[in-house]
Amino acid sequence: MKNEMQVEFDAKSVNEGFARVTVAAFLTQLDPTLDEIADVKTAVSEAVTNAIIHGYEGGEGKVCVSCRLNGNQAVITVEDEGVGMEDVKKAMEPFYTTKPELERSGMGFAFMEAFMDEMQVESASGIGTKVIMTKKIGAKEEKDRDGCGDSAH
Amino acid sequence: MECKYQLNNGCMRISMPKEVDHHCAEQLRKEADLLIGAYHVRRLIFDFAGTEFMDSSGIGVLIGRCKNMGYSGGEVSAEHLSERIQKIFVVSGLHKMIRVESDAQEEPN
Repeated sequence: MKNEMQVEFDAKSVNEGFARVTVAAFLTQLDPTLDEIADVKTAVSEAVTNAIIHGYEGGEGKVCVSCRLNGNQAVITVEDEGVGMEDVKKAMEPFYTTKPELERSGMGFAFMEAFMDEMQVESASGIGTKVIMTKKIGAKEEKDRDGCGDSAH
Repeated sequence: MECKYQLNNGCMRISMPKEVDHHCAEQLRKEADLLIGAYHVRRLIFDFAGTEFMDSSGIGVLIGRCKNMGYSGGEVSAEHLSERIQKIFVVSGLHKMIRVESDAQEEPN
């Protein structure tokens, strides 16, 4: 089954919770485990926080979050039209941060990589950043259900 | 923000909010540092009993307080971690920086 949603909101920190809860709510149709939901919420929160702090540097702008379901795979995109990054590879190094004064841990990208199956970053200086993350949902659940089915017969 | 601070004899317990993200990080950081300085806190306990969500912004706050407490020779620990928060601690390596009190080892009282 294919299904898609998209939300756009102001680059304000109060919307970080809104963004992760919205994606999580959309994913419930795939019957995810609590762990999968928590993983996705963390990854979305990291990407949206990056857009607000780094993309727009705390200023005004719009963040666009979309989620596309293709079978049991979720493709989540977080996009901003902020300052972008010159060196994506450098930005993705664990503990690297351009804003240590804000006590950024430099673990945002590492978290996205750890909690999602795949992650891709497209960024251009002065144009913006797009993070595309994919995760298979319900893989574990399927196994559990098979197990239950056996015992029911 | 539903964060509470308990002070007792140089020991401060911070009841962490339900969601520890960038949105609440700044306030948490400011309040904690103010209290740590004003009351000469020697021992800091992060209590995660009410926390359901934390991302890397929360990690930043914890590492920052750890560093500050370290300069003054203080102690930092974390308590009542849910399975999810434990996972966040392990993925970030925070469990190597902060002593985590496991619920099983706690003295019943």
